Amino acid sequence: MMIPCPYCGDRDVSEFRYGGDATKQRPQHGTGDLKTWHDYYFLFDNPKGPHTEYWQHVLGCRRWFKLARNTATNEIGGVVS
Amino acid sequence: MSFRRLAQGGRIDRRRAVSARFDGKPLTGFSGDTLASALLAGNRLLVGRSFKYHRPRGILSAGIEEPNALFTLGDGATTEPNVAATMVDLVDGLIARSQNAWPSPDFDMMAVNSLLAPMFQSGFYYKTFMGPRKGSWMFYEPFIRKAAGLGKATDRSDPDRYDMRHAFCDVLVIGSGPAGLAAALTSGRSGARVVLAEQDSEFGGSLLSASDAEHEAWRISCVEELKSLANVEAFTRTTVQGLYDGNLAVLVENRSHLRPDARKGQARMVLTQLRARTIVMATGAIERPLVFSNNDRPGVMLASALRSYANRFAVAPERRAVILCNNDTGYDAALDLAAAGVAVTVADHRPAVSAEILARAGTKGIAVFPGSGIVDVEGTKGVKAVKLGGAHAVTVECDAVGMAGGWSPVVHLSSHGGIKPRYEESIAGFVPGGFPSTHFGAGAMMGSFGLSAAIAEGANAGASAASAAGFGRTRPVYAPEHVTDRSYAILPSWTPPQEAKGKAFVDFQSDVTLKDVKNAHQEGYLSVEHLKRYTTLGMGTDQGKTSNINALALMAGYRGITIPEAGTTTFRPPYAPLAMGAIAGRTRGAHFRPLRLSPLHDWHARNGATFIEAGLWKRAWFYSWAGDRPETAYVKEMELVRKGVGLADVSTLGKIDIQGPDAAEFLNRVYVNGFAKLPVGKVRYGVMLNDDGIVLDDGTTARISETKFYMTTTTAQAGEVMSWLEYLLQCHWTDLEVEVASLTDEWAGMAVSGPKAREALALAFPDADLSNEALPYMGCRDIAFDGVTVRLLRMSFSGELAYEVHVAADYAISLWEHILKAAASTGIKPYGLEALASLRIEKGHVAGLELDHRNTLDDLGLGKMAGKEKDYVGRALRFREDCQSPERWSLVGLELMEPDKKLRGGAILFAASDEIKGHGRGYITSVTWSTELNKFIALGLYTGGLNHVGEEIIAAFPLKNEQAKLKIVSPHFIDHEGARLHA
Repeated sequence: MMIPCPYCGDRDVSEFRYGGDATKQRPQHGTGDLKTWHDYYFLFDNPKGPHTEYWQHVLGCRRWFKLARNTATNEIGGVVS
Repeated sequence: MSFRRLAQGGRIDRRRAVSARFDGKPLTGFSGDTLASALLAGNRLLVGRSFKYHRPRGILSAGIEEPNALFTLGDGATTEPNVAATMVDLVDGLIARSQNAWPSPDFDMMAVNSLLAPMFQSGFYYKTFMGPRKGSWMFYEPFIRKAAGLGKATDRSDPDRYDMRHAFCDVLVIGSGPAGLAAALTSGRSGARVVLAEQDSEFGGSLLSASDAEHEAWRISCVEELKSLANVEAFTRTTVQGLYDGNLAVLVENRSHLRPDARKGQARMVLTQLRARTIVMATGAIERPLVFSNNDRPGVMLASALRSYANRFAVAPERRAVILCNNDTGYDAALDLAAAGVAVTVADHRPAVSAEILARAGTKGIAVFPGSGIVDVEGTKGVKAVKLGGAHAVTVECDAVGMAGGWSPVVHLSSHGGIKPRYEESIAGFVPGGFPSTHFGAGAMMGSFGLSAAIAEGANAGASAASAAGFGRTRPVYAPEHVTDRSYAILPSWTPPQEAKGKAFVDFQSDVTLKDVKNAHQEGYLSVEHLKRYTTLGMGTDQGKTSNINALALMAGYRGITIPEAGTTTFRPPYAPLAMGAIAGRTRGAHFRPLRLSPLHDWHARNGATFIEAGLWKRAWFYSWAGDRPETAYVKEMELVRKGVGLADVSTLGKIDIQGPDAAEFLNRVYVNGFAKLPVGKVRYGVMLNDDGIVLDDGTTARISETKFYMTTTTAQAGEVMSWLEYLLQCHWTDLEVEVASLTDEWAGMAVSGPKAREALALAFPDADLSNEALPYMGCRDIAFDGVTVRLLRMSFSGELAYEVHVAADYAISLWEHILKAAASTGIKPYGLEALASLRIEKGHVAGLELDHRNTLDDLGLGKMAGKEKDYVGRALRFREDCQSPERWSLVGLELMEPDKKLRGGAILFAASDEIKGHGRGYITSVTWSTELNKFIALGLYTGGLNHVGEEIIAAFPLKNEQAKLKIVSPHFIDHEGARLHA
């Protein structure tokens, strides 16, 4: 799998680390009760198909970014702003 | 029952004789031979014994699908078992041995298994040895493994060299048969960078086994033009083992035939990770055997293999061959064998054969028996005759049998991406179920078995692939003139016309018979996946390349369903067996994983350090001045620190530079304790949580200026913490103006610890004011020494008066040597990781062994650190119900009550009244001898933790059958008031 790093271009997946679901909104720092954080941290959809995820080019420029990836086919839709 | 070398013809070079050794005896042949063709030419029909029954077996095929002729190559450390003889070039010096037979395939003691055959039917192992008596399998297994099995790998280190490379191309063409050649050349003419991968030793695929001069001329012109194109790379002996996401193909090139010398840097195999924009699969098809009694006798082969041996290797049956077929392609073999001077009889399962074929057979004197099949084979170590049944019940004496059961397209690679193959009724075979937009298929793998169709499809696929890769118009390759594609006209037939007493094999390598498939059906193992596991069908090194479809069709027949309804098993890489060395490449020995070295490493190495691996780091464990045994040396090093002063390398700590106007706010958010008001020139211990309220890491952060901080993390979590900080800043807190940069490799750290630490530093840095007022406990200051910035941080991991001295990595050794030299009068000496860790256990500092990603702040006794007024990461979830349970495993100190016993990390903790069984109430995380208390002490996690202080409990270590009594105490074994730290 090749991932298009927004800074470095196409690189092999082994240079990246996966950072989880990027469709969820992290509660603002200093806000949110236990339930809000619980739902944010523990409850995930597990979509088969198009998904948006966090990835970091950890063995490169170390940039975190959002990536569209099809979880069923591993087709890469590109970087999401 | 014999074969001979033909006087002329073939692609072998009769001027170049080759001599190898087989089973200790000379084996001769010609350049161009494979090990299989040389054996056949030497009339060595019996080449091995079968897996379960030890039946005599011969060569079945001429290709990668070979299930029988598996040999062990090389000897000693270069031993390579289970190599298909059909894929091995015969070269001078080659050493091969037969397997699974003792003492030899001709006289096999284990053949007695054949007499016990009724015992060995499918499910035999499971039924007999799996029970009813518990442990039956344990008892029988060693005997079974000895009797059954393939070749034996060596336990010696492989001296050969294996390389790995990454490569890129526009179009990858897999297979160089007519379709592959046309695809490679058509895409190559567009200017695209093309890689052509061929598993055989020559380009041409099926053309290599044909006998038509015009087709050969076409093949040569294609290969020559490909070689003339600078943008085309063509590889022989290169198998595409797997296709992965993003058009990553793994190619393994075998260079064994060159007899490469590792000492000269020559690789035996080269694995290429090739990223292709587009891929053309022209992987061809594999012929299927037919199922009948004793169809495994040596000399019973695939019809296409007989044709291949005759045309390509000039080896043919001595007098007569019988071709058994259910389709027209069987006549290709029949006609070519007849042309080579072999008398041929054809038994055709189909009741009607086309007049044209009958006429062509007639002109060559070939007798054809339509509506007939083989019922049984006579001969044990070779074929003497076959008994036909059906329309013509006659017995035909012969030397060989060629089975033409139809063709199975090679859909393995097209299935690796998860697209299931589709059953195509008209060819009675599976074809690719579809392709992603960058994949194309052509030729036999698509079910197109005619030559001109294959070439047209190949040219088409090549042009499409080049175009999809961004290249423009190209000139297609055309088939030679006067090619008429012969018909296929298969009438699927999966069973013999009548059953005979002998075994009828479905899977040769795994010794699965028609009866086994029947049994599986009767016992309810109906799905293909169950059939496979119950009978071991398709589980051999050939992965059922010749057997899967036959078995599937038989099962479908017994169940009364169609083949597509029965489904297929899953295809997974690798496509063919490959050496482990090819996968490992150079990632072995010291190169197995990256090695991280402290900037002080060379000094340690020169000065008597013994090293220990800690994660990727190699760290100084203890030094020779303290002795040569770790268990005594670390105690001496501990005493040095407790009574005098020691110097330790702490460069492996994670070090992060944090700068920006919002840096203080940022730290205040990520640490549970307050950092917003940390004064410049001060260091603070801090703990970080994950969002889930579980402890992520602990460490220290110093404030260098209003906007600049210097963080240290634990060695183990350095990378994790760095990524986490970047994640928060880049993904979520984008409004904060903060930059973080790792200094772990750029800076070195050394700890100066012990009551004489200040004295030692004063000697090293005479100009610096190190008084308690100028540099108090948890103070920090940058000083200039010899023109270099040295960062002094007064903090302690050992519980003694201590400082950390940090400096840019390039100056590490000279500074370290300077401290030792300048402070020599204090008795300063280096101490290693073991003492470092033991000192912190005495002090009750938690480290990686306690921080197991399951504990909360409260579990570690650090709950009070958390800010009450401020918010921090993990605060909300820290208070969820299960994090608040009083029964959680939490940190305790432990003292050994029985001085004659030993404590071990990992020992399970039980209350005194507990039965010693199960997971207990916790476990020991760290153990050390305490020089202060003169006894073994430990840290551990225990249910209810310090609520149990004073209780006597038991540590059990079942692996060594040890138990010891302990007392639960505070984890701070020394200096509760911290008087030493503030001294």
